[in-house]
Amino acid sequence: MTDSVPEPTGSYDLAVIGAGSAGLAGAVTACELGLSVALLDSSPQPGGQFYRHPAPALGAVRPEALHHDWSAFSDLRRRLSASDIAHLTGHHVWSVAREADGSWSVHAVTGADGTAERPVRVRARALLLATGAYERQLPFPGWTLPGVVGAGGAQAMLKSGLVLPGRRVVVAGSGPLLLAVASSLAAAGARVPAVVEASGYARYARRPRVLLTNPRKAAEALVHSAALLRHRVRVRLRSAVTEVHGTDRVEAVTVTRLDRDWRPARGAGRRIDCDALAVGHGLVPQIELATSLGCATRVLPDRTLGLALDDLQETSVRGLWAAGEAGGVGGAELARTEGELAGRAVAARLRGGRGAGAGRTAGLRRRRDRMRAFADVMAAAHAPGPGWTAWLDDTTDVCRCEEVTAGRVREAVADLGARDARTVKLLTRAGMGWCQGRMCGTAVACLAARDGRGEPPAERRPFAVPVSLATLAALDETTAPGTAQNNAP
Amino acid sequence: MARTPADLVGAQPDPPFEITFDGRPVVVLPGQTVAAALWGAGILAWRTTRGGGRPRGAFCGIGQCFDCLATVNGVPGRRACLVPAQPGDVITTQEGHGHDRLGA
Ligand code: FES
Repeated sequence: MTDSVPEPTGSYDLAVIGAGSAGLAGAVTACELGLSVALLDSSPQPGGQFYRHPAPALGAVRPEALHHDWSAFSDLRRRLSASDIAHLTGHHVWSVAREADGSWSVHAVTGADGTAERPVRVRARALLLATGAYERQLPFPGWTLPGVVGAGGAQAMLKSGLVLPGRRVVVAGSGPLLLAVASSLAAAGARVPAVVEASGYARYARRPRVLLTNPRKAAEALVHSAALLRHRVRVRLRSAVTEVHGTDRVEAVTVTRLDRDWRPARGAGRRIDCDALAVGHGLVPQIELATSLGCATRVLPDRTLGLALDDLQETSVRGLWAAGEAGGVGGAELARTEGELAGRAVAARLRGGRGAGAGRTAGLRRRRDRMRAFADVMAAAHAPGPGWTAWLDDTTDVCRCEEVTAGRVREAVADLGARDARTVKLLTRAGMGWCQGRMCGTAVACLAARDGRGEPPAERRPFAVPVSLATLAALDETTAPGTAQNNAP
Repeated sequence: MARTPADLVGAQPDPPFEITFDGRPVVVLPGQTVAAALWGAGILAWRTTRGGGRPRGAFCGIGQCFDCLATVNGVPGRRACLVPAQPGDVITTQEGHGHDRLGA
């Protein structure tokens, strides 16, 4: 295993993008089956978002205290260190291209935040995208105030930096992540006065078979619920934070009851004092590298887009596989299963080893299908209801980067005839800032669709990460076949 | 019950060091990002928006939202949630944009 390889990166059988559960499982599986593998990841350490953990200098003796299933990760990490996988840390992949001979070129910028300006190119015969997901956010009055942070963000900062956004932290939004976030914040010493969940849990109960065949998932939820009880955290279902109070930072939130469509009930909400709010409404697959290559997508039960994959995790583009949240959000265990499945499929394709391990592959497929079914139930149960747009007032910022208000988006829709997110974007600049619509994409699509149920556009962002003009210029010089890149401008 | 995140994981960090934020000292545990160091000191905002001049800090915590852009040692537009803090770093509030280094 090589860390932060500075030198010519060369050519591999398989390049894996993302070192979370799916990417790690795919990389070690393929390598153990005899392929040469490069594993590119933006973080300094493997693990992805789920297994994010403190840097070695923080000397965490019990990193597993903030995690579920740490042993599954330790196992993958051990297999990674025992392998000769080129683990390229601090590599932010911004584009992937197909070469004339059918191989892939993966372009990355390096450094902690991608500003080291050393462009790198890795070539590979096959590609596995394990790029994970980011958090879906829905705006509400006050959500740009300091102290309002993503639920996943609070979790990430806690896991890697051992810090909290405040002492009294309300956790709100929708989805099973909220329970995990609340229980880890409480375990780490925060007071969590409430978990505010916009959905009910009734929809799970309507699919008892799926629940019964996924006992580990049900057990996970119980573990979190028990932790919340122990820390005296109150869970409020069918409610939302509809306003944040404070001038320079969070001082309190208003929690309002919702109807089944997430429309706030009339009358006053309940005010809860706090100094931070951790909020998130589920996760969105991160698929722009794949969509820029023309991969087919599918609409998931919560109306986000995931990659359409075949039975062995291959996308609609031959030679390009995907695993984990990129194909739909379903958790670390599913990601691991899909990663292994993809690793085996790539090895079978490249080495022609048909038949070998067929029993194992069949078992993995069954497990994947079972967990995918659960993921679908989960996504449907927490899909944003159309009534959430009633949380907004006209002055609420929808696009955080460009400070575009709900009023201006509504104007573009009502007065200027915009019918989709793309037109709203052109008329208002919503989604044209630094984050390229990752934070406001869902909200803008819903507002444009008028009924609050817009489908997010299959956004083809020009670049998966921001790239300096100097890097783009240098790219011209890097296209000679087989040359790995190290000529910083 | 753990009182702090460091207690929870039994952290035994290397010796702390200092950086400054708008001139005032901030104590950092080695291995923390700039954003984590600032949160650790109770600082939640370190840039102002271009339009309304409103305060912002870390939001997504994973390099996606760009709300955490800070000026680090004179260089604007660094994502504080990704950049590791180094001894003696000078962090200043980023006013308005830091567009110059970004091509996208
Ligand atoms: S907090 Fe979102 S990019 Fe740093």
